[in-house]
Amino acid sequence: MNASAKTARMTYREAMRQAIREALQRDPRVFLMGEDVGRYGGCYAVSKGLLEEFGPERIRDTPLSESAFVGAGIGAAMGGMRPIVEIMTVNFSLLALDQIMNNAATILHMSGGQFNIPLVIRMATGAGRQVGAQHSHSLEGWYAHIPGLKILAPAVIEDARWMLWTALEDPDPVLIFEHQTLYNMEGELPAGSGPVDIEKAIVRRPGTDVSLISYGGSLHKVVQAAEQLAPMGINAEVVDLRVLRPLDNATIIESVTRTHRALIVDEGWRSGSISAEVSARIMEGAFYELDVPVGRVCTAEVPIPYAKHLEDAALPQVPVIVETVRALMGSNG
Amino acid sequence: MALQTLSQKSQPRAEHDLGLLRDMIRIRRFEEKCAELYSASKIRGFLHLYIGEEAVAVGAMGALGPDDNLVATYREHGHALIRGVPATSILAEMYGKQEGCSRGRGGSMHIFDAAHRFYGGNAIVGGGLPIAVGLALADKLQGRSQVTACFFGEGAVAEGEFHECMNLAALWKLPVLFCCENNLYAMGTALKRSESETDLCLKASSYEIPAWPVDGMDVTACEEAAKRAALAVRAGDGPCFLEFRTYRFRAHSMFDPQLYREKQEIEEWKKRDPIELYQNRLREQGTLSDADLKGIEDESAAEVAKAVEFAEAGTWEPIEDLTRFVYSDKTNP
Ligand SMILES: Cc1ncc(C[n+]2csc(CCOP(=O)(O)OP(=O)(O)O)c2C)c(N)n1
Repeated sequence: MNASAKTARMTYREAMRQAIREALQRDPRVFLMGEDVGRYGGCYAVSKGLLEEFGPERIRDTPLSESAFVGAGIGAAMGGMRPIVEIMTVNFSLLALDQIMNNAATILHMSGGQFNIPLVIRMATGAGRQVGAQHSHSLEGWYAHIPGLKILAPAVIEDARWMLWTALEDPDPVLIFEHQTLYNMEGELPAGSGPVDIEKAIVRRPGTDVSLISYGGSLHKVVQAAEQLAPMGINAEVVDLRVLRPLDNATIIESVTRTHRALIVDEGWRSGSISAEVSARIMEGAFYELDVPVGRVCTAEVPIPYAKHLEDAALPQVPVIVETVRALMGSNG
Repeated sequence: MALQTLSQKSQPRAEHDLGLLRDMIRIRRFEEKCAELYSASKIRGFLHLYIGEEAVAVGAMGALGPDDNLVATYREHGHALIRGVPATSILAEMYGKQEGCSRGRGGSMHIFDAAHRFYGGNAIVGGGLPIAVGLALADKLQGRSQVTACFFGEGAVAEGEFHECMNLAALWKLPVLFCCENNLYAMGTALKRSESETDLCLKASSYEIPAWPVDGMDVTACEEAAKRAALAVRAGDGPCFLEFRTYRFRAHSMFDPQLYREKQEIEEWKKRDPIELYQNRLREQGTLSDADLKGIEDESAAEVAKAVEFAEAGTWEPIEDLTRFVYSDKTNP
């Protein structure tokens, strides 16, 4: 990144909004559709102001009918449009799971390559705001299980600003998971930034001693942990997966091959999570490079509780990450 | 009114009427062959035959032009055939050959054909409705005057998706022609045992959608109703709903011993066989001669024979191509 380049300071929310606005300006086929995206301004205020700018045809409020409007997004994509469908939060996406899994993910294949689905679905994910179990799920790992979908988890301002561009260029359905706790996060958008790759993971902090592999909301906790580890003499590398499907094997394996230790931090539940997949891939691809078994810090296997102390205890937190890394490092830590 | 026109036997009218008969016979003979091929294990998987319901697809299709869209269910061979998908490529698909319309990846339930705007072939009851809504939305947003015809069984009206889609299509005044094929049974579940309100038109009307019941055993009634409804839809007034009252003479699928209905009931309905009814009517009017009928039968037999030959001669997609069409790529045909 060019240090002298002028940067702009903005929130994650604003970066998302700029991305959507630009998409609407750039391509008349793009429209945003979802519950309360228009008059209300988006339940996380991402689309605030867009209705006034683009009108109700393109900033389209929908009834509470996840299955119908997600499926309508699929049909509209097949009909030549480039819909961005917003699902308020990932928990409600389960009402549209049939459309996402049985239609969006399968039609290209079932039709022998005749119909692609250039659809983008955005939704908020994750916990940490004391909103109880039904509003705190992290199911992006589930969706990453499904061939035919691409799964993105923008964790930084630059990705929030630019992943949508690439997603809209993609001929296949792309799901973007935006962690609830990130919308208010402020950061710098490098002046020269532009469309980001949606096939590659990225090293956010180079290091030599251990690979901390994470994505989305947890990434920031991992970066903090890495900073706390530095004065202890542990130089941690932070890998941001940012694309959960397709998983970028090469970057993961390359990092672990250099550091010989890996810790995966994932807000999903441990059993059957994306962390399990990453761990298995390290075992398959870099087993003999490992000095210690791969470690994982995941969400406790409970529905996310409401009470703050319980919610905090359920989720991956910086001190646990630091402790786990120290344990991985053995006596050297 | 229509009958008077018929009895005058103007040449194009007679041709048109013979065409309706021919199309019904084409479906019937094609599917009889499918049943035979299924017993011979040439066709595997689920096979749902349309026998008894031919008047609906044939009649309704008369209201559609080549630019209109069609969304169907797993009982869709007839719709595909009348829409113009070649019998050869439909049957090759059922054989699982790469010459099939979906390159052997779809099978009987997933006929797709981009060239004929045939958007599947959907095996999830209700699953095609949102797609139809979306296709219609795309047309409306792009200022086109196409109609999207969506076929589904009466079983779908119990699904939430049906209600979500009725509401959405009516709310947004979308050009969808909802064609409900009420054959009284969803597998073994009779409508009267599954719905508190069995008047399906009433359900659609409650969403402010104009709805008409149609005698689904009478091909001209089907055609007239569909033409009238399609005209209204094309005029931009929003969706219409047609309830085609019909009956399937065969089992739900090839696995169904039909324990849920009396033989006598089936025999009663067979007296209203849409092909025989129409054939008799055309004879009475002097439109159909023995020679005409023989011509139609010979033609249909030839079409079926050619399809079988084509499917038999078809080739298997190489295993190396297994993962093609999961994501779009440049090698797509
Ligand atoms: C959502 C869903 N639930 C259950 C099934 C299993 N199933 C396949 S066909 C069928 C009956 C559907 O009846 P109907 O919609 O009336 O259509 P028909 O088969 O009579 O043409 C059922 C229950 C399914 N395919 N999809």
